[in-house]
Amino acid sequence: MTCSSAASRESSGPALGFPLPVYVICDMLGVPAGDRDRFAYWSDTLLNLTRYGQAEIDAAQAEFVQYMSGHIAAKRAEPGEDLLSELIAAGDADNGGLSDIQLLATGMGLLVAGHETTANMIGKMVGMLLADRTRWERLLADPSLVRTAVEEALRFDANAGFGMPRYLREESEVGGTVLPRGTTVVCSMAAANRDESVFDGADEMDLSRSPNPHLAFGAGPHSCLGQALARTELQVVLEVLLRRLPSLELAVPAEELQRVEGLAIGGLREIPVRW
Amino acid sequence: MRITVDEAKCCGAGQCVLIAPGVFDQRDEDGIVVLLAETPAPALNEAVREAAAVCPAAAIHLVEP
Ligand code: HEM
Ligand code: SF4
Repeated sequence: MTCSSAASRESSGPALGFPLPVYVICDMLGVPAGDRDRFAYWSDTLLNLTRYGQAEIDAAQAEFVQYMSGHIAAKRAEPGEDLLSELIAAGDADNGGLSDIQLLATGMGLLVAGHETTANMIGKMVGMLLADRTRWERLLADPSLVRTAVEEALRFDANAGFGMPRYLREESEVGGTVLPRGTTVVCSMAAANRDESVFDGADEMDLSRSPNPHLAFGAGPHSCLGQALARTELQVVLEVLLRRLPSLELAVPAEELQRVEGLAIGGLREIPVRW
Repeated sequence: MRITVDEAKCCGAGQCVLIAPGVFDQRDEDGIVVLLAETPAPALNEAVREAAAVCPAAAIHLVEP
């Protein structure tokens, strides 16, 4: 994986764009490199709430379903080294395995769960590290901090999204407030990640923080299935950027970045940088 | 360092095995954690701490000397 495949110059001037997460998922699903851009487009239409009209979204969904159905049939006929082939080899619906429709949903689910989240987090991580360039310099001086720096970026991210809705099956107490059984709550991971009673100096970004019991991937049996992959992608991106582009810096004032961050979903899709 | 695992809490996410494969394994039947080394070699301490930190079920406990 080279940096040039993860970085591209965009129209608004030199900028970093990150097709990496969608490439990784395509690879995982055995989708040939030539079809990646279509995947990125389908993913975008499924997730972007404002950019596309309903007709466009419907057309993209139909295309995606058709593509994946053909892809699954091809993998059944000729298995490869990919996740879908493994799932097919594990047996079909009659043998406790997955039916075609479940395989399809799995492929779509992985794309949706793993693309935008990781792409955004890469952008936000780089943005946070460059917004105060002493952070970047600390990493240049000691690249062994990459792992803890990634965890800290996940914790520190103030724009983690809406939060996770949860239904309370029993009465619970949170911060001295009793929540009756049957309540639906939204858990703000971003707020929990700044909890002063859990994290010393919660409002400081400490690149060597350890342990770091943040909730960016949720907790418990349904915590993020892709967290090991997401961590790896974030660590690799950061390592490679530090090595290949040590002079990386923001090309706009950090405040302007914050304005972008303030937008509804998903954080910084674009970080103007120079090196 | 001494490790204990709580099988009742473990949700079989396998994060521990990815990070410290020499110390943790998972049962074939249900994926529940199997502790391979209660007191791992000191060289593995860092990985074990990381495994305990990322375990989504907080099922790994460490007693540091
Ligand atoms: C930095 C990147 C990512 C973040 C911040 C993130 C965050 C999350 C969060 C907060 C949840 C909900 C956990 C809960 O309900 O307790 C989740 C679930 C999930 N994530 Fe991720 N995720 C990331 C990347 C990925 C990737 C790369 C994949 C797969 C390739 C993935 C697949 C999933 C799946 C399948 C679930 C549902 C798990 C379940 O319900 O059992 N995620 N993720
Ligand atoms: S990481 Fe935790 S929950 Fe997952 S298998 Fe290991 S002990 Fe069990």
